Amino acid sequence: MAWNEPGGSGNKDPWGSRSPEQGPPDLDEIIRRFQRKLAGLFGGGSSSGGKGNAFGGIGLIIGALVLLWGLSGLYFIKEGNRGVVLEFGAYKETTGAGMHWYPRFIQSVQKVDIEAIRSIDLGVNSTSESLMLTQDENIVDIKFTAQYKVSDPRDYLFSVTDPKETLQQAMESAIREVVGKSDMDFIITGGRGEVVVQAQKLMQEILDKYHTGLMVTSLNMQDAQAPQQVQGAFVDAIKAREDEQRLKNEAEAYSNDILPKARGQAARIEEEASAYKEQVILQAKGETERFLKVLAEYKKAPNVMRDRLYLDSMESVLSKSSKVIVDTKGNNNLIYLPLDKIAGRGTNAPTAPAVTETAPAAESDTAKQTAPSELRTHEDLLKREVR
Amino acid sequence: MAQSKLAALIIGGVVLLLGYMSVFTVSERELAIKFRLEKFERADYKPGVYLMWPFINRVQKFDRRILTLDAEPERYLTLEKKNVIVDAFVKWRISNVESFYKTMSGDEQRAGERLSKVINDGLRGEFGKRTIQEAISGERGEIMKVITAQIEEQSKQFGIEVIDVRIKRIELPAEVSTSVYRRMEAERARVAKDLRSRGAEAAERIRADADRQRIIILAEANRKAEQLRGDGDAQAAQIYARAYSRDERFYQLYRSLNAYRNVFNKQEDVLVLDPKSEFFKYFNTPAGR
Repeated sequence: MAWNEPGGSGNKDPWGSRSPEQGPPDLDEIIRRFQRKLAGLFGGGSSSGGKGNAFGGIGLIIGALVLLWGLSGLYFIKEGNRGVVLEFGAYKETTGAGMHWYPRFIQSVQKVDIEAIRSIDLGVNSTSESLMLTQDENIVDIKFTAQYKVSDPRDYLFSVTDPKETLQQAMESAIREVVGKSDMDFIITGGRGEVVVQAQKLMQEILDKYHTGLMVTSLNMQDAQAPQQVQGAFVDAIKAREDEQRLKNEAEAYSNDILPKARGQAARIEEEASAYKEQVILQAKGETERFLKVLAEYKKAPNVMRDRLYLDSMESVLSKSSKVIVDTKGNNNLIYLPLDKIAGRGTNAPTAPAVTETAPAAESDTAKQTAPSELRTHEDLLKREVR
Repeated sequence: MAQSKLAALIIGGVVLLLGYMSVFTVSERELAIKFRLEKFERADYKPGVYLMWPFINRVQKFDRRILTLDAEPERYLTLEKKNVIVDAFVKWRISNVESFYKTMSGDEQRAGERLSKVINDGLRGEFGKRTIQEAISGERGEIMKVITAQIEEQSKQFGIEVIDVRIKRIELPAEVSTSVYRRMEAERARVAKDLRSRGAEAAERIRADADRQRIIILAEANRKAEQLRGDGDAQAAQIYARAYSRDERFYQLYRSLNAYRNVFNKQEDVLVLDPKSEFFKYFNTPAGR
């Protein structure tokens, strides 16, 4: 009736004798033996048979199955994972890293990786997904990547039908809501950080509301720009900003160019004036010194000096200029003096003085112009005066 | 002996089978209804293992988890009669499996259709009350809240709990999008013009300022120069005055003679002279007059 009955395969107690020395039972061996027992049970004739033998076999089988069942309940949870244990489908506990055992068929275990960080994109694959309306009714092309991990394995497994899809929906909904509350300029320029922070917060709120057991570890705005269709205009606006700077810089350059020059010019003007001042002072000094020297001599013999000075000067004056001597005393005739001609000839006279000389009498001139260096006889002049 | 053993085995098997059939488990993900001869018997099962009569009882299971209804994007008219395309989704779950079974005959698909109809009506109403601007920005949350409340009431009778109605997208139809793009372009052009003009303005200011500074610098320099010149002239005059006042008469003579010399020093200068002048004193009569 029991396993220790004589006969069978010669083994006595499968637990006592086998396991300790041979470790886990050999599956092939068990199956072979099981087949043999079956044959003994139904066919009867082939082997020695007997009821003790048959029941001993069944006991062996049951024992092996129990052992197998027991061993199959061992499981290992890796570092960073959690095992969620269910008992008849109801949540029982969550186990951490290490080796655990559970009674198979009564409980089941689902492993969940809670450390692995996964990522999800928005707008990277399709353009329609990345175009969003902003508060000022503009359309902005924006791309996001979110990183997330499982924070609560139980919620993750049992709360929502499709956590990943839910995540995608929450992400899109949250981001579009935040973008819809912001102006375009804010998003594409200074407000990136704020948009991301708000969107991440809202996204997490939604996920928590559904008990998805997911946690958004980071949300990154990969790209925020104007849509393809208006890119040109936006680029031009950016260029305009540069142009503004350029114009200013050019003007600054102009300013930097002319101001030092003006300062230089100012210095020149001042220096020139300074030079003039020195010049006139020195000139005055020189002239007065000369005067004073002459005066000293003059004082010694005033009359002679006066005449000498006078005659010297007149000589110098008359020798350099043209002259006409007219005796006006008691003469009421009108004298015609073609001064303009005299003056005019004066300029080119030096080249052709001889021509005038050749026919002085023949001409009906009342006056005669002479070159400064020429000598004129007294009579000649007198004759003319008489006429 | 063999027969009785065989019979025992068969009976044992049948008993096992019956035992298995009289037990059912409700998992963490599931809700269950037990029927007795197709009549509703019990639905308030927590996850776990329960007994039932084989063949007499029947158990139907439903999803306990949160389900998603992601409706097709729909067009709605806003207050200013503009079209917007709205894509919304609903998160719901079966809260009362008994009424859910009775009203929807346990069909999730049917429940989804029912829900989406209610939501569409709600969205139509809410968008019709708002301008695009309001719908997009501030009141998106408001709309969602109102619709969630509306739908909650209606869905309660179906044994459904609506957890959230969220608008995923509000988009403009393609034909409106192009005009939006055109407006954006015009706006950018305006900004660009403004920036360039501002640049020109600033540049002009800088230039004008530089010019002003230059003029002032030069004027200041000229002022100083004139001052210096005046200074020089004054000092020179003082020097002259001091020297010449020693003998005014002689100065007159001296200066006059110098002046004559300087004035009449070119050939073009024509002097009309009276022979009776001082200079010609000896010209006519050697003895002088």
